[in-house]
Amino acid sequence: MRPLPKWADLVLVPLISLTLAALVAALVILSIGESPWFALTTMVKGSLMTASGWGHTLFYTTSFIFTGLAVTVAFHAGLFNIGGEGQAQLGGLGVALACLYIPWPHWTLALLGATIAAAAFGAAWIAIPAWLQAKRGSHIVITTIMFNYIAASLLMFMLVDVLRPIGSQDPSSARFPPEAALPRFNQIPGLDLLFPRTVPVNVTLFLALAAAALIWLLLWHSRTGFRIRAFGKSEGAARYAGIGAVKTTMVALLISGALAGLMSVNNVMGDAGRLLGNSAAGAGFIGIAVALMGRNHPLGVVLAAFLFGFIFQGGSELGFMTSIPIEMRVVIQGLVILFTGALDMMVRMGLERVFVRLPQAKAA
Amino acid sequence: MDYASVLQLLDSTVRLATPLLLACLAGLWSERAGIFDIGLEGKMLIAAMTSAAIAALTAATPTWALFGLDLTWAKALFPPVIWGLIAGILASIVFAMIHGIASITFRGNQLISGFALNFIAAGLTVLIAQSIFGQGGRTPQLAGDARFSPVTLPFTETIRRIPGFGPFYAEVISGHAILVYLAFAIVPLTWGLMYRTRYGLRLRAVGENPAAVDTAGISVVRLRYSALIITGILCGLAGAYMSTALQAGFGRDMTAGRGYIALAALIFAKWRPVAALWACLLFGFFQALALRPDIVTAIVQFRVPGPILDALPYILTVLVLAGFIGKAIPPRAGGEPYVKER
Amino acid sequence: MTTGNTGPAPGGPGGLNPPAFGQASGPGGLTPPASAHGQPAIELRGISKSFGAVRANEDISFSVPKGTIHGIIGENGAGKSTLMSILYGFYRADQGEILIHGLPTALPDSQAAIRAGIGMVFQHFKLVQNFTVLENIILGAEDGPLLGRSLRRARDSLTALAREYELDVDPDALVEDLSVGHQQRVEILKALYRNADILILDEPTGVLTPAEADHLFRILRGLRDQGKTILLITHKLREIMETTDNVSVMRRGRLVGSVRTSETSPAALAELMVGRKVLLETGKAPARPGPVLLSAELLTLRDEHKVERLKSVSLDLRAGEILGIAGVAGNGQSELLSILGGMTRPGEKVTGRLTLGGHDLPLTGRGSDGKSRREAGIGHVPEDRHHAGLILDFTAWENTALGYDDDPAYQRGLLTDNQAIRDDTRRKMQVWDIRPPIHTLAAKSFSGGNQQKLVIAREFEQDPAILLIGQPTRGVDIGAIEFIHKQIIALRDQGKAILLISVELDEIMSLSDRIAVMFDGRIIGIRDPATTSESEIGCLMAGIAPTAEAS
Repeated sequence: MRPLPKWADLVLVPLISLTLAALVAALVILSIGESPWFALTTMVKGSLMTASGWGHTLFYTTSFIFTGLAVTVAFHAGLFNIGGEGQAQLGGLGVALACLYIPWPHWTLALLGATIAAAAFGAAWIAIPAWLQAKRGSHIVITTIMFNYIAASLLMFMLVDVLRPIGSQDPSSARFPPEAALPRFNQIPGLDLLFPRTVPVNVTLFLALAAAALIWLLLWHSRTGFRIRAFGKSEGAARYAGIGAVKTTMVALLISGALAGLMSVNNVMGDAGRLLGNSAAGAGFIGIAVALMGRNHPLGVVLAAFLFGFIFQGGSELGFMTSIPIEMRVVIQGLVILFTGALDMMVRMGLERVFVRLPQAKAA
Repeated sequence: MDYASVLQLLDSTVRLATPLLLACLAGLWSERAGIFDIGLEGKMLIAAMTSAAIAALTAATPTWALFGLDLTWAKALFPPVIWGLIAGILASIVFAMIHGIASITFRGNQLISGFALNFIAAGLTVLIAQSIFGQGGRTPQLAGDARFSPVTLPFTETIRRIPGFGPFYAEVISGHAILVYLAFAIVPLTWGLMYRTRYGLRLRAVGENPAAVDTAGISVVRLRYSALIITGILCGLAGAYMSTALQAGFGRDMTAGRGYIALAALIFAKWRPVAALWACLLFGFFQALALRPDIVTAIVQFRVPGPILDALPYILTVLVLAGFIGKAIPPRAGGEPYVKER
Repeated sequence: MTTGNTGPAPGGPGGLNPPAFGQASGPGGLTPPASAHGQPAIELRGISKSFGAVRANEDISFSVPKGTIHGIIGENGAGKSTLMSILYGFYRADQGEILIHGLPTALPDSQAAIRAGIGMVFQHFKLVQNFTVLENIILGAEDGPLLGRSLRRARDSLTALAREYELDVDPDALVEDLSVGHQQRVEILKALYRNADILILDEPTGVLTPAEADHLFRILRGLRDQGKTILLITHKLREIMETTDNVSVMRRGRLVGSVRTSETSPAALAELMVGRKVLLETGKAPARPGPVLLSAELLTLRDEHKVERLKSVSLDLRAGEILGIAGVAGNGQSELLSILGGMTRPGEKVTGRLTLGGHDLPLTGRGSDGKSRREAGIGHVPEDRHHAGLILDFTAWENTALGYDDDPAYQRGLLTDNQAIRDDTRRKMQVWDIRPPIHTLAAKSFSGGNQQKLVIAREFEQDPAILLIGQPTRGVDIGAIEFIHKQIIALRDQGKAILLISVELDEIMSLSDRIAVMFDGRIIGIRDPATTSESEIGCLMAGIAPTAEAS
């Protein structure tokens, strides 16, 4: 059968997958006796029609850009990093340690320090699975799942036994000093006109966009990226070209882990101002959906992250404003992953049939 | 530590190992047929919710009718808990079939498919429970015949008097829900089916080298779907046990990663049924220990943080994966969709 | 078409018509004795099969008398395996008819083939590695839902078969613990257990040691003497000559001749199977060989199964010469190229010594990869452009940087200068006449010849002192062949040292200044093309060497 035209593969396939996911989601809403249309309008109103809605949507978008990029870089090397959640949590630990134990004079320096710490901790958390994959062939998917749980336990231990201030009952760290607080959009001159009230979105959004641009440069304008992509596409050609399998695997996964870790700058430092349990809140997993939807391209990832930011914020609005539980957004995320990631062959095969028939229809 | 505490610990080990064991055996069937399944968690969850919901609804409605047809006689065939169990198994099979369509028929990515189904289950369970019962995503507390009650084995009172073994029999072996005994019975059953029957031979072959099965003139697709149905049934049992035996109702994310621990146990057991039993008992023991940090402290003479005990199964599994504790060789055709080669 | 007719007469392309075949190819020319006594065991009539645009089999007709060993010989990709897969019901023919024992038989699936009494031993065994021999044998042929009875019956019949045909193998051993030769016996036993009376073996000796191969042929002859019919597919001439009663030759999806083995010679078969292309005069000047640039001593390669694929190969490559390596595919040429080009896999063990201009080149570990080889001045056009030379999903310009991403001309500070790579690609496309000249097109969208030109342009223009070239014209159209040949000669005239590996004998003959022939992992002889004949090279390719050299 003829291959699909490139535009259809890049645009049509994800759009149809998304539509199918939306249709099934609509059916789910219908079946619990609610109106899908009302749900959609509520989501749009709650996430895109108010300053506060935008403030939250963009806040989630920021986290998802990081985790989506993390999955993207690994995908290009032919590897599936399912451990973004654990790497993000470790990144959060790095951020907390940097903010709590180093007296930063100004938030800009604190941001720099926390960024380095988050990336280093995230990369460190994937280092063992990466090494096991590269050297011993242990499947990266299973090891990173295990490391997600180990990370959760490690964080619980750190929060309960190490970082918890004396006398506090919550499993959380102390609050970060004010010098380590990042400006929110309502505190940034100019933007404060658009966001009059406190919103979670903060300067980390710019860091995320910069990361997307950097990853684009890395993948398509650097030797490292060239090697990562070549290795991911064809191991034989990589061997022919002298691209080392172990080194490329390690480099790609360490970058991936660092990116996942970076999302903690947004939520731990930029919003919560202290380290809480389960700080990543599933963003590591959503990164997989974002990367799939964004077709593993940084621009696509940014757009898909915004889409999922909308679903996340709109979904919580559903929980507040309607009798549709907030978990609807989890269902939608799952459906998007299923249709874009696992059933894409179904969509593609269907489309190929349509494209084969098209010329005949024209002739008739 | 006294004998009573030991018995308590072992008793809760058995309780906690049971859902792991059922899920682990479920994974065994699927992965032995060459289909990776990280969606055990989701299938357990959807089954747990469905079982609890149907059991609660059946217990609450005096009569059954469909399109005006009185079906109360049918309802009377089983107690509500069994209706719940049947519904839970069916729900789990539906999820297994979606996984099959994605990974067998459309040759999609098995990992992503399983992962997506976990997501869908996590959301859908709360969504449905909330819309039916309106109790914050929980089902009502189950009681009476809407729940599996403990079974007291014969002669318990007689044997209890034997010193040493007696209390062990009475506390650890006797007094569990019927599903616990079923789970343990499924271990030899799985072993027999897998190693002593034609079906088992073909199934193991399809997970190792589907081309060998195909050239022998046997349908790879049909075998793999049949394995997924078994996986669905076993995950259904595991989920039903969670909500109608171990607990008295469904709660948000109540499986709490057990599907992944079962996966870890499966790897730890190197995809063998009897070893799976021991692995699940070990991991169940860790879970029981994590619930009783006082006992751990008493043994090792210093305070071991609970989270470290929680993490033990995962750390062990990584060591197995790394090849430091024996080499875990998964079924060779696992994860790869079968395409007839030229 | 009558029994024994041999399909399209040979002598098509190139007008090749060796004497042995001339006599055999007329109607009724091949009438082996057995066919007089009944229906042939297998008769194919006009079988055709296409995969998309590729015509794997075209109008194949031949028949195999009962109780004979029939060889099918041809180069890789000649369509032998496809034909056999059709016979085994693995593929369905687009056209044509199959008669088994005289009856037209539909073979929609493997089960039908098994019912028709056909057993197949695939090139890549279809065994379950961690099953026992018995379990493998009963798989798909069990007697009932429980295994006990099947296993007992299989054990009994295994003992009987072992006695009858020298097919002993421990029934309780795990297949993964067996040697390759024993695994193959299990495959044969599988077929016999299913009461096959027609046995197809696809390249059965590719993975066997000579001793194992000899044993296999004894088994096959034993089976034939018991009345079984055997189809032996191979590209090894010696096996055909030693074992078969009749032989059919395939080339590019067509059957180019059938003949009695006793009436042909290895040289004649070799020429027929390699075929002859319409080759234009290369018109090359005599070589002016310079000093030795690359010197290999006792190179040996063991693969991950510890099988020796390359055995103590030594050769010298001089500046300004083309050293051609001739040989039937699979005799160690690929392994030699992978060592020289730095492409060995992690599981492979390499020993020996390799020097370039007097300096040692590492054979393993650091410095033995493709990049280091390029830095040392060794360019490499690999045999397999789809899985090594190109990344098919990458654009043409990205492929231009494959292996040369460190080239200073392609850098701009920390980043790669994609514009420079694109410009370079555009220029190369113009110079080398690569069509369509669209540098943003994915490599998979180019024709075979243009893909090859992409690789050659990249490697030639780096101006390496030494160039390794594998199968330069495989799957390349005639026009491009001429062009590529001219470029290779031009490079030689610039004083480069060129190692040329090809399974196309005439390519080797017309380009090389010296010819080394490889057989069974060794260099079996070195000849001067000016003083040797194609038939002499053909004999060497078949492993028939003058005794002085064989030792």
